[in-house]
Formats: sequence, structure tokens, C-alpha cells
Amino acid sequence: MSANLLEVKNITMQFGGLKAVDSLSFSIPKGQLAGLIGPNGAGKTTVFNILTGVYQPTKGEILLNNENLVGKKTYQISDLGMTRTFQNIRLFKNLTVLENVLIATHQHISYGHLDSILLTNKYKKQETEMHNKAIELLKIFHLESKAHEKASSLPYGEQRKLEIVRAMATDPCLILLDEPAAGMNHSETHHLMETIAKIRQDFKLTILLIEHDMKLVMGICENITVLDHGVKIDEGPAKKIQISEKVIQAYLGVEA
Amino acid sequence: MINTFKAPVLTMIVLLIIGIALDLGLNAYIQLMVLYAIINAILAMSLNLVSGYTGQFSLGHAGFMAIGAYVSAYFSTRFPFFAGLGIIFTTVGGGLLAAFAGWLVGLPSLRLKGDYLAIVTLGFGEIIRVALLNMNALGGARGISGIPSFPSFLISYSYACAWAVICFFVIWRLVKSSHGRGFLSVREDEIAAQAMGINTTQMKVHAFVISSFFAGIAGAIFSHITNYISPSTFTFLLSVNVVIMVVLGGMGSMTGSITAAIFITAMPELLRSLQDITGIDLRMVIYSLLLIFVMILRPKGLFGESEITDVWRKYVRKSA
Repeated sequence: MSANLLEVKNITMQFGGLKAVDSLSFSIPKGQLAGLIGPNGAGKTTVFNILTGVYQPTKGEILLNNENLVGKKTYQISDLGMTRTFQNIRLFKNLTVLENVLIATHQHISYGHLDSILLTNKYKKQETEMHNKAIELLKIFHLESKAHEKASSLPYGEQRKLEIVRAMATDPCLILLDEPAAGMNHSETHHLMETIAKIRQDFKLTILLIEHDMKLVMGICENITVLDHGVKIDEGPAKKIQISEKVIQAYLGVEA
Repeated sequence: MINTFKAPVLTMIVLLIIGIALDLGLNAYIQLMVLYAIINAILAMSLNLVSGYTGQFSLGHAGFMAIGAYVSAYFSTRFPFFAGLGIIFTTVGGGLLAAFAGWLVGLPSLRLKGDYLAIVTLGFGEIIRVALLNMNALGGARGISGIPSFPSFLISYSYACAWAVICFFVIWRLVKSSHGRGFLSVREDEIAAQAMGINTTQMKVHAFVISSFFAGIAGAIFSHITNYISPSTFTFLLSVNVVIMVVLGGMGSMTGSITAAIFITAMPELLRSLQDITGIDLRMVIYSLLLIFVMILRPKGLFGESEITDVWRKYVRKSA
């Protein structure tokens, strides 16, 4: 048994002749806040898509709590405790904020279609529990007053927040955040950093984060993996990454 | 348990009172139109579950209706055991077989999206029709005639209404439950739904099966009202008609589907009297123009996603 919550071993993702990810290995110990960075097109989101089962890797193994995820469907991986947010917000736009969160709790219900048609006690009890849980989560993020508004009517920053709430509602042990600070201004980003730190502590979460905002990444990530052209070029704590020759070259190019 | 049946029973009582009034006040022709409107309402509500709530575009609803109609008609005509109250069994049997067909078709085809799914379901509807056309045991092109009818208008009306009420409350309560939110999440964003732990394929298949069941039920009632069915009844045009009802009423609005079903059933008939004045048959022209106007003025359908009760509330609040 290893102490690592997530272990990625030699995954390769090939699209035709293009190797989007090339024998990438990394691991995340339980409770860590890890970062995944790299220049545009480095394959970061592809890694997220492989981890969550949107793509099946050409080669390699992914272990979550020592259980292999390769070959599993996205919803099964979500059941096992890994969930994500999206780079371009993918909320259920026409549904209310509350409904967005409730949908994420669907996997925990045990009542069937007949229970809901006959309005049995089981149905009522579980519905109440779901609602309470959803409202509680919304309260943490100060969104409860907007519970009955359409998700698309929220301002941008709150939509990003709602995506995190929705992901939290699946009761994850590992949460993948795809550029949570994209498009945010300084104060919003700062606020987001605090929120991430808070949920991590309160829910004992492990977090993997893709981000372009270096201040955010360097500020909160304990371990950073750097990707370029699908290959891992370096990993380590922020201080090491900041002075790493290879990383600087990947971002700024080589001196002529 | 009281809550389970309170609303459906109350609705049924109201419908029965309306039925008694209709029984006294209307001629047989209009009564038949009323029955068609109820059947169309069941069809529209059931398709709404797939198209409106789950967001899957299906053009094969007539196929499932045909299965229900043929199964129930076959048993009602061949086995005297199913005379009288036995119609309940043949109706449910027709619904179940239609549901099974829905499952068979849904499992492979619901992996497709949008236009592709529409083409597959359209193809399926045609396959059913052509298969029926060539099955001598089911009458082939001659169809099945002599299907036992209901003793009176009031009985056929009550029977159709009972199923409409069941259909309404089953779908209504489903979409309000967590399963229903699952359907909605598939419509809104399939990738996000999967990431949130929703088994989207299963959701779509469930919606499709339930929808086919009620289409089959509608077919079974239809066959016992017209007393005669043939493959030419269940053409592609019928499927399109149901799609029009759903879109016109509003995708994801149950009361919208019912209203549109009544509107679409009544419109061509009401316009008949116009022919006496103009002398030429402009019926379909005006009917089409009306549809175009409704869609221009209300692009999301008559009710959009809200229900008639929401519209009512809004109106009352404004005037207050």
C-alpha cells in the first residue's frame, strides 16, 4: 500500500500521429495541493481528460486509492471520488444554482423511479437530505441567496465558484480544478485562493490544479509538475520550479 | 399515501365532470375530436420526456404508438377473454411491448446525438411500419378491423383520461425527482453531467423506455376508439405531428404539450368552416401560417419551459 492517493504511471495519449501526452508519471499524496503547469498546448487539459475518463489513454495506468481507472467511464470515476471543474465553464446553464448542485448529489441516492412516482417516504427523506446538503455547500461559498436563480445569470466569478460547489457535492476525495482563476481579476483570484485553501482544510481534500496565474500556483501549490509538449520536464516545490533551467526555457525559449 | 393519490384523483374528478358535460352537449364528431386530443396529449407528453427534458431528438414516436396499437388490437380481436375490462390488460401489454422496443432501439442509438439520432429513430419508425405492412398475421396492408369499441363516449373518454392523468403524473413526478434532474443535466451538458457522476446513457435509455411505454398506451387506446388500424395510420407524418406539438407547446413544459396537443387537433377541424366562406380549401395553408406565427412570436414554444400555472401566477402578480 502506498500513501499516494493518485498515481499516474507512464500514461501516453496518442491522437493519430500526435503524442499529446508522452509517458507521463506523477503521483499525489493524500491531502496535497498539487499543481500542473506548462505553456499553452502542453497537454494539461488532456491529462485531466485522461484522468476523468473522457479519453482512454493509449498506454499506462492510473491508480486512485490503488484502484485502476483505465477503462472506466467518467461517471464511474466520479463515483470513486475524483471529480473536476472545466476550463470553459460547463454549468447546466438553464437550471437553477440549487439544481446544479443537486444533480451532482444524484449518485448518492438509492430511491428508484417508482419511489419518486409514488412519493414514498424514502423519496421524501432522501430529497430533504439532498436539499439540506446542497444548501449547506452553497452557504460555504455564500451562494445560498442565489439558490433559485438561473446558473447563467450569475456573474462570471460566481459561475466559477458554482462549478467548484457542484464538484464538491459529489463528495470527492480528489478534485481537479482546470484553470479556476481564468478571467478573474486580482482580488477575485485572491479570494479564490482563500476559498481553495478553506475547502481543502474543511473537507480534507486533495487537489490538483491547472493554472496559468503563476502567483496563484506558486502561492498555494506544494508540489508542481511542469509539462511541455506532453512530456514532464520538471517537478518539485515552487522554489525549485522557479529557478529550474528547463522550465524557464520552456516558457521563454532558449537564448540564441 | 394520501398525498400520492390526492392530486391525480382530483384531476380525474374534474375531467370526469367535464366529460359528463361533453357527453350531453356535443355531437359524436366533436366527441371523437376530444378523444383524439387526449390521445395526442399522451403522445406529446411522452415525447416531451425524451425531447423536452432529456434533449434527445426522436422522430420515431409513431413506431412505438403502432406497436402498442397492434399488440392491443391483436389480443382484443383474437381472444374474447380480453373483451370488456380486459382492455386494461391489452393496453398495458401494448405499452410494455412498445417499451421493450424502445429499449431495443434506445440502447444502441442513444449513443448518437442530435441529427444522427433523429435519422436513426426516423428509420426505426419506418421499419416498424414496413414490417407491419408485410406481416400477414397482422393483416398486412389491410390492417386490423373490427377492434371492439367502448360501449359509450363517456367510458372511452374516462379510460383515455385515466391514462392521460397517469401519464401526466408519472412524467411530472419523475422530472421533479433526482432522476428528472438527471434527465435535465443530459440535455444541458452531457460531458459535465458525466463528470458529476450521471450515467448519461442510462438516463437517456430510461427516458426513452418510459416515453415509448406511454406512446404504446396511446396507440392501444387509439386502436379501440377508431376500431380499425392499418400501417398507413402510423406514418412518419404522425411522428412529425407529435414533434410539432412538443415544440409548439414548449420543450420541457407538460401543460404546454397538452395545450399544443389540443390546439393541433382542433385547428384543422375548426378551419373547416372557413372553407364554406372562401370556397377553396385554405385549411392547411392557414394552419401552417398559424404555426409559423406562433414560432416567430414565441420561439421557445407557447409556454417555453414554464408551466401553465407559472404563466397564471405571473399574470395574477402583474394585475395585482
